[in-house]
Amino acid sequence: MQKLKLVMVGNGMAGVRTLEELLKLTPDLYEITVFGAEPHPNYNRILLSPVLAGEQTFEEIILNPLSWYEENGITLHTGRKVVKIDRRNRKVIADDGTEAEYDRLLLATGSNPFILPIPGNDLDGVIGYRDIADTETMMETAKTHKHAVVIGGGLLGLEAANGLKLRGMDVTVVHIGDWLLERQLDRTAGELLQKSLEDRGLKFLLPQFTSELLDDGDGRVCGVKFKDGSVIPADLVVMAAGIRPNTELAESAGLACNRGILVSDTLQTYDPRVYAIGECASHRGIAYGLVAPLFEQAKVCANHLAMLGYGRYEGSITSTKLKVTGIDLFSAGEFMGDDSTEQITLSDPIGGVYKKLVIKDDILVGACMYGDTADGGWYFRMVKERHNIREIRDHLMFGENAIGDTGHQGQNKAANMPDDMEVCGCNGVCKGTIVKAIQEHGLFSVDDVKKHTKAGGSCGSCVGLVEQIVINTVGGAADVKPKSEKPVCGCTDLNHGQVRKAIREHHLTSIPEAMAFMEWRTPNGCATCRPAINYYLISTWPGEAKDDPQSRFINERAHANIQKDGTYSVVPRMWGGVTNASELRRIADVADKYNVPMVKVTGGQRIDLLGIKKEDLPNVWKDLDMPSGHAYGKSIRTVKTCVGSEFCRFGTQNSTQMGIDLEHALFNMWSPHKVKLAVSGCPRNCAESGIKDVGIIGVDSGWELYIGGNGGIKTEAGEFFVKVKTEDEVMEYSLAFLQLYREEAFYLERTVHYMQRVGMEHIKQAVLEDAERRKALHERLLFSLSFEQDPWKERIEKEELKQEFRRIAVKQIEGVNA
Amino acid sequence: MNWLDICALEEIPRLGSRVIDGPKGDIALFRTSEDEVFALDDRCPHKGGPLSQGIIYGKQVACPLHNWQIQLESGEAIAPDVGCTHRYPTRVEGGRVQVVLEKARESA
Repeated sequence: MQKLKLVMVGNGMAGVRTLEELLKLTPDLYEITVFGAEPHPNYNRILLSPVLAGEQTFEEIILNPLSWYEENGITLHTGRKVVKIDRRNRKVIADDGTEAEYDRLLLATGSNPFILPIPGNDLDGVIGYRDIADTETMMETAKTHKHAVVIGGGLLGLEAANGLKLRGMDVTVVHIGDWLLERQLDRTAGELLQKSLEDRGLKFLLPQFTSELLDDGDGRVCGVKFKDGSVIPADLVVMAAGIRPNTELAESAGLACNRGILVSDTLQTYDPRVYAIGECASHRGIAYGLVAPLFEQAKVCANHLAMLGYGRYEGSITSTKLKVTGIDLFSAGEFMGDDSTEQITLSDPIGGVYKKLVIKDDILVGACMYGDTADGGWYFRMVKERHNIREIRDHLMFGENAIGDTGHQGQNKAANMPDDMEVCGCNGVCKGTIVKAIQEHGLFSVDDVKKHTKAGGSCGSCVGLVEQIVINTVGGAADVKPKSEKPVCGCTDLNHGQVRKAIREHHLTSIPEAMAFMEWRTPNGCATCRPAINYYLISTWPGEAKDDPQSRFINERAHANIQKDGTYSVVPRMWGGVTNASELRRIADVADKYNVPMVKVTGGQRIDLLGIKKEDLPNVWKDLDMPSGHAYGKSIRTVKTCVGSEFCRFGTQNSTQMGIDLEHALFNMWSPHKVKLAVSGCPRNCAESGIKDVGIIGVDSGWELYIGGNGGIKTEAGEFFVKVKTEDEVMEYSLAFLQLYREEAFYLERTVHYMQRVGMEHIKQAVLEDAERRKALHERLLFSLSFEQDPWKERIEKEELKQEFRRIAVKQIEGVNA
Repeated sequence: MNWLDICALEEIPRLGSRVIDGPKGDIALFRTSEDEVFALDDRCPHKGGPLSQGIIYGKQVACPLHNWQIQLESGEAIAPDVGCTHRYPTRVEGGRVQVVLEKARESA
C-alpha cells in the first residue's frame, strides 16, 4: 500500500510527541517529513533555564537525537523554515525552496516571544527567551557585559533573570503587574517570592512601564527608559513579556486564527487535512503555554491521525512550578478564587511559607503554595480527580500526612528527601537515581520511571513518592493522571471505566470478543490487560463468561502462591480461624510426607505450608482434605474473628459464628483486589476490624459495620458505615457492599481506593438508602457465587484440570534429521 | 540436528506452557495464539523466575516474579531490561512438537 504523506512544520516538543504517539499506534501508515527552523533535533525546551543557570548542558536536554529520526524513517530538514503552504496542491515550501507534498499536515510552529512595540526594540542586545540560540546569546553576553534587564516578571522572565544573575550579571526585572507571577500566584505568595529573589541579589521595578530602549550610538542597547522618565543602564535586554502563538504561516494560508490557530477537539483546523498542536493552537479559546496540556493534545491528535478517531481533547487543568533551584512554588487549577469559592490559607511570612487552597462545592479546584510545596503533587491530583474533600477538610491544609505510611522510613514527602534516600524499598531505588533517569531520558510519567528504574514497579506503595519526584523534577510537564483516566495499558486508549462499560453494555463475554470489539492494538493483549478483562467478564456475566486460566496470574492459575524459588505455598481454609485436632493432624502429616521446609501461622488466622513443588499441589490438597484458602487470589481471603461471647468474659456477640457464616457465604468470591473481613465480639476489637475491607464490631445492641480499612502498604482505618441489629442484616449489608465493589471498582483497586474515588455518599446511597437495591446487590452476589466451586476440589476430581501441574517426561529420542 | 519428539501440540494450552527436563535444568515450551511453539530455559535472566509460569501474549512472556518481559523468539528481555535466556530450536511436525536440546540425551 502506498503510504500517506505526513508533513510536520515545527520540530518541538508538542509536534515530536505527536509523532511518537502516532508511531506507537501505527508505525507504517505515514511517510513522515519534518521541517524545523532551528538547527537542532528535538530538545527539552523547558530545561533551557537549568542550562542557562549552568546546571545542565545542551547535550543533556536533547530528547530525540538525530538517530531517532533515522530509526523511524523520518525525513528531517533542520534549519529550514517553511514559508508557504499551498493548500490547493497540498504542499509546503521552505525558505530554501525545499518542497514537500502532504496528505496530512501538522502545524506545530510554537510561539514567539512578544516583543514590546517600543523604540529601540530592534537594537543589538535585545532578545527574546525562546530557544537554544537565545540561551547562547545570554551566556555569551554574560561573559563580556555587566547590566541585564529582563522585561517581564513571569515564569520565563524570572528563570532568565536567575540564570543571568548566576552567570555574574547585575540583573533588574521590570514588570508591569503589581506582583510577580500574577498569573500563577496570588499577591501574598508573589511578594514572598520577590523578597526571596531580592535576597539572592536580583532587583525589581514594579509596577513599571518601559517606554524606550536607548541606543549607545553603535546600534547596541545601552539603557532602558521608563514612562516616568527614569533610566537604568542595560547591555542586554531580555523580553519575556509573554508569548504569541506563531500563526503567521497558518494565516498566510487562509486558516482561521484568533490568538492561535483555531482547532477542534480533534486538533483539526478549518481545513480538516491540516492539524495544529501545541503553543500555536487555540483550543476553545485557550492557547496553552505549558508542556503537560501539549502532551495531552499530542495523544488525541495522534489518535486521529492514526484514523482511530475516538480521542477527544477537552482542555486541561494545568500546574506550574518555577525552575529556580532553591525556590519552591507551586500552583494548580483555579488558585485565585472568586465569589463562588471558599479559601483556606496558611500564612507565615517570617518563615517564608504560604499556602492557599481554593474550594468550590466541596471540591478542591485550585492550590497555590510558596516555601513548602511538598504536597503540591497531592493537591494537583485532587484538583484533577475532583475528589469530594468534605470529610478531610479539617486537615486538608496539613497535607498528605504521615499516618501509617510504612516502609519508606515514614517519608511521604519527596521534596525533603536527600538524593541517597531509598524511595522504592522493593527494588532498592534511591531518589537520586530516579531524578537522574528523569533528566537523562526525558521522562514525564510514573510509568516511564517504572520502566527505566523499576521504582514503583513492585508493591506500588511508593508510586505517590515517585509521582512527587516527577512533578518536582519536570514541574508542569509531569504527566500525572488518576487511574480513572489512564488507559488500561499500552494495548488500548480506553480506561478501566470505559472497558467495564463496553463489556456490560455490549454483552461481551469472552476476551477475544472484547478485544475485537474495543479494537485492541495487540493480538492477545498483555500481562496487564488480560487479567483485568478476565475479571470484568466473569464479574459482569457470571455463568456466561468463561474464566480464562491463561489470563490469570500464575497464583490464581495454580491456586497457590509462587515463591522466589519457583515453589508454592499452600494455605488451607480454616473457617473463621477455627480448626480442630483432625485438621491439624492432617496438616502435620502433609508437612512430613512432602518434606515441607516451613510451616507458618499467617496473619489471617490459618496455617501456611511453604516450599511445595508445583507437581505435588493436587496431592497435597487431596491429603489435606480441606478447602482452598484463596490466600493467592484477588478474592475473598479470610474472615478473622475473636473468641466472642461463647467463651470471652467481655464478649457481647458471637463473633466467631458470625465470621464463619460470612466466610462460608463469601467462599470462592473473585473480586477486583483481595478482600479481607474481620468480626470482633466487643469494642475491644481483638480481631482488628478497623483495618479490614469490611470490619464488623459486635456491641451490646447489635453490630457496627466499617468499610474500606486496610492494614497493608498504607494503613487506612475503616470508615463507619452502618449499625444493624441482626446477623441477617450483617450478612445482607456486607454482601451488598462487596457486590457494589465487585461491580464498580477497577481491577486492582482496593476498597479504600474505590471509596476514595466514588465517595462514601455514593456507597451509602446504593446500599443503605435504597433497600431494594441492597437486596438486588445481595442477590446478584449470591447468583454469581452459585457458579463457583472449591478450586482445589475441582482439581483433585477433574483429570483435565491436572495438566497445569504435570511436567512432560522426555522419553525417547527420534533421530529425525532436519 | 537431533529433533526430539516431545508431545502433541494440543498438550500445550494456547497462550500457555509446559515444562520438560533439559540437560541443564528445566526447559519451558510455550504455545502462542498462532500455534507457534518456542522453547526457552525456564529461568528468567533477572532472578531465575520460572518463565513457564508467566502470562503469554503475542510472542512474549511476562516473568511471574518481577514482570520482566521476555521475547520467545530470541530469549531476550525487552528494554529497558537487559538479559537473555537460552533458546532451543523447535518445530511442529504433523501435530507433534519437536525440540533440539543442546546436548541431546544419549539414553532414555
